[in-house]
Amino acid sequence: MRRTLATTGRVLNQVRHDPRTIALMLVVPSLLIGLIAWIFTDTPAFQRIGPSMIALFPFVVMFLVTSIATLRERRSGTLERLLSMPLAKGEFIFGYAVAFTMIAIVQTIIASSFAVWVCGLEISGSFWLMFAVAALDALLGISLGLMASAFARTEFQVVQFMPALVIPQFLLAGIILPREQLPGVLESIGDWLPLSHAIDTLSDVAAGTTDSDTAFSMLVIVAWIVVALLVGSLTLRRRTA
Amino acid sequence: MNKSACIDVQELNVKRGKNLVLDQLSFQLEAGKIIGLLGPSGSGKSTLLRSIVGNQIITSGTVTVLGLPSGSKALRHKVGYMTQAASVYDDLTVTQNVAYFAKILGLPDEEVNRVIQGTDLSEQASSLVIDLSGGQRNRVSLAIALLGSPEIVILDEPTVGLDPVLRADLWGLFARLAATGLCLVVSSHVMDEAMRCDQILLLREGKILAQLTPYELMERTGATDPETAFLKLIDTGASNSHDNATPDPDSAPRHRASADGSK
Repeated sequence: MRRTLATTGRVLNQVRHDPRTIALMLVVPSLLIGLIAWIFTDTPAFQRIGPSMIALFPFVVMFLVTSIATLRERRSGTLERLLSMPLAKGEFIFGYAVAFTMIAIVQTIIASSFAVWVCGLEISGSFWLMFAVAALDALLGISLGLMASAFARTEFQVVQFMPALVIPQFLLAGIILPREQLPGVLESIGDWLPLSHAIDTLSDVAAGTTDSDTAFSMLVIVAWIVVALLVGSLTLRRRTA
Repeated sequence: MNKSACIDVQELNVKRGKNLVLDQLSFQLEAGKIIGLLGPSGSGKSTLLRSIVGNQIITSGTVTVLGLPSGSKALRHKVGYMTQAASVYDDLTVTQNVAYFAKILGLPDEEVNRVIQGTDLSEQASSLVIDLSGGQRNRVSLAIALLGSPEIVILDEPTVGLDPVLRADLWGLFARLAATGLCLVVSSHVMDEAMRCDQILLLREGKILAQLTPYELMERTGATDPETAFLKLIDTGASNSHDNATPDPDSAPRHRASADGSK
């Protein structure tokens, strides 16, 4: 626990020394939500797409940040040094997860406040549930990012995992075309992808129609997080060739 | 096994892909001495040090550290390791770097100040590592390796890229550390640094060429400087082992180049 918190503190300290990244992480989602609201002025589409955007940002941003941060740890030798010390892999992973989830929650508070009070998005359901789902999305991004970093040797490679892992999920999530209208195979793939469930959940929260389906969706996201964290922790090896 | 040996390596082989990086190494090291691991770039020094720390997947053989298999959980508090890359966080200050690793090791705050002073970094304590010079970065890494006064200290090329004054300072520090009875292994590809060690382990192409004192090295080869002594040892080694059928005309010049360019 002490070592997990030390890692969280260290990661937050690193981010604190990089004010431009903080500004980008906190402001860009709101700007993009504002742009979408503006594009769909006078149509009901924003009410449908807005919640999806709130689901999308913590996932995408945390995926990128985690994949690059852990790749840097692997490449700079700090990970090797840490693993030669009495630090458990779980402590390392959870240290990162706690730090980035905290940032993701702040990001979501700003983005959703902007969406609701400036762009006029209506959230009929619970705000707490919305933050909980956003935190889950962030964790999902963190766990997939950690996994992706293991399969990349350079920063160039790792950023390519973003379109490879994120855009298909975005396309199949039902934002562009509702999932029921997709070809059968794509519909069933989309039904199992975590981002689809993140978007479904936030749409339910916005519409105030949360039910047992919502709970199931959250479970699917949690399952993906657990699997990705397990695979990710397998890639943190004390001994390497 | 020799009781007083802090590091005991027996028939160690490490393969990477099809390459035999370490070839049947056996040796024992004693505490209280500066042990220099010398050899040209690519001779397997880092791989050997990583095997001692327990970060290296070994193909066969045993590495015993303080009587335990290398990489044992109990050794993680007892081994200080400085990798060849500085292994520090650029976007943290010196103190924040050292303090983080100190917390991982469960050490009190005084320990942070002690190692920062010991490596002469007090003036840079609140600077970001990215703003430091190469030598200062190296010393941050060294400070972290010294946290908690580990019984075994493994330093992989700690003096690379340092100016002569700083290098002399560091060797002075190493001598003081060794005098406290810890087991100190320092690698270098600069042959002249051999003379600063109490004992030398010469490594070439994954094999141990010799384990001896600097005095023995000079006496045995009749050379006037460690550079020439090393080359002479290679010559005698080559004429003794004709079964090593792969002639390697590149290795001597490459070694000379790397030793000259002691940057």
